[in-house]
Amino acid sequence: MRDIALPLLAGGAAAASTLAILGGIMLVLAILGRLSARSGVSPIPLYLIAGLGIGWWLQPDLPTEVVDSAEIIGVVLLLFMLGIEYTGAELVGGIRTGLRAGIVDFVLNATPGVALGLLLGWGIAGAVALGGATYISSSGIIAKVLEDLGRLGNRETPAIISVLVIEDLVMAFYLPILGVLITGAALATAAGSVAIAITAAILALLIAVRHGHRVSRLADHDRDEVLLLTVLGLLLLVAGLAERIGVSAAVGAFLVGIAISGSVAERTRELIAPLRDLFAAFFFVLFAIGVDAADLPGALPLAVLLGVVTVLTKIATGWYAARTFGVGARGRWRAGVTLTARGEFSIVIAGLAVTAGVTDDLGTLVAAYVLLLALAGPIATRLVR
Amino acid sequence: MTSITETKLPGIGIRYEFTTADGRPMGVIAHRDGEYDLLLFDRKDPDACKATIRLSAEDTMALIDALGGSTVVVQQAQAVHQSMEGIEFEWVTLRDDSPCAGATIAETEMRRRTGASIVSILRGDDVLVSPPSDHPLAVGDTVVIVGSEQTTADARRLLLGA
Repeated sequence: MRDIALPLLAGGAAAASTLAILGGIMLVLAILGRLSARSGVSPIPLYLIAGLGIGWWLQPDLPTEVVDSAEIIGVVLLLFMLGIEYTGAELVGGIRTGLRAGIVDFVLNATPGVALGLLLGWGIAGAVALGGATYISSSGIIAKVLEDLGRLGNRETPAIISVLVIEDLVMAFYLPILGVLITGAALATAAGSVAIAITAAILALLIAVRHGHRVSRLADHDRDEVLLLTVLGLLLLVAGLAERIGVSAAVGAFLVGIAISGSVAERTRELIAPLRDLFAAFFFVLFAIGVDAADLPGALPLAVLLGVVTVLTKIATGWYAARTFGVGARGRWRAGVTLTARGEFSIVIAGLAVTAGVTDDLGTLVAAYVLLLALAGPIATRLVR
Repeated sequence: MTSITETKLPGIGIRYEFTTADGRPMGVIAHRDGEYDLLLFDRKDPDACKATIRLSAEDTMALIDALGGSTVVVQQAQAVHQSMEGIEFEWVTLRDDSPCAGATIAETEMRRRTGASIVSILRGDDVLVSPPSDHPLAVGDTVVIVGSEQTTADARRLLLGA
């Protein structure tokens, strides 16, 4: 038999301790999940706090391969599910209904992050990453809050969702650019990679809109197991190829998500959601373990400042978007406040940047920032009736 | 006739809204997963829902029944429901450029070439259920096909020559 590197299967003390640590972390997450379900607080900030605490007190000794694989799979699944959330037709239709609000959203909410990144001297890549983190709302937190508060039927909800759809679409172009910028490649190579990445994004959108049903038909199978293996295989393969050509696995995953649509998308969502939940939870914890909790108090004032500014800009965005949908004053406020939550994708963006070697301070700042807004956003949404 | 406003909710489904004869706005969300929400709006703030009632697919059928819904509506709902379990019904009307016009069912080789089956043919007011394989298809016939999502789509293309 050939010697394959499967250190965990070799057994022994190392494997035992890795399994025990993973199990322990998972149980902590399970307790937090219960807490989250009972209190209605999003689990994301709880996972981050757990990760910070675990990193601070225990400094668990996990093999780097395990950490790296769990993190990358978490990111890949999060972005795949973001891509699959809306069909190609919905994304394109979103441009018609929400273009103006989308532009307002981008300008108002990316600018504070970019400006602060530049002021802190984090370079173009750091500034673009921070801008992305302040720009993108948490569609996960927002969908949950709307459902919990029985506001799915409200008239401002189509306005909120149209903003989220445009953000989703913007990610198709933002992520490839970020992916190339954070590698710190020379300008000529970077321009080439960006061109490839953008072409791939347009291609994926075209495939989704024109041939989505054909892609879906190829992947479809009556048995869940076969469908799961087909989609996951395609997803990891494309993610790996994207990473190889220098445009980050996350981008590849997102584009696969966009290209899959129709009834296959529906079933895939159901099949992959539990996997995504598992690996995303690990990703949040591992991201937070990587943040030095001792640096957090120092980052807090800036995080609060950035939080206050970008809460106001998001409220303005939602207010404007709801107005274009003909919603009254109270509904405009609700739309604005609902959109303030930032969460999983801000962390993903920061995680990509930090892993690629952009300053660790970015990770600390975004961790503090998301902690604040993932907690405050839903609470404020509840209060504004 | 009450006019209904339709708004797409990407990722969720479709939202319908209308105002009743005595001025109460109300609405329905048709979720992608086949469930429905019945929406009752707040009189003071018509943008907000006062109550949202979740209806399963079965609840919806019962409600349609109670409201005196026509059987056509119910049957369409059933077709939609069955398509969710992987069975698709497709109604295809043959145009004069259809390559299958004039051919018998056997000659179209639909079963072999696509996997879908013709279960019924509507010609004018006549309904032919389970037509024999030597039955000829004519321009204007509406052919009812049953199969999977894939096979009915292929069969539609075969019938229409697209």
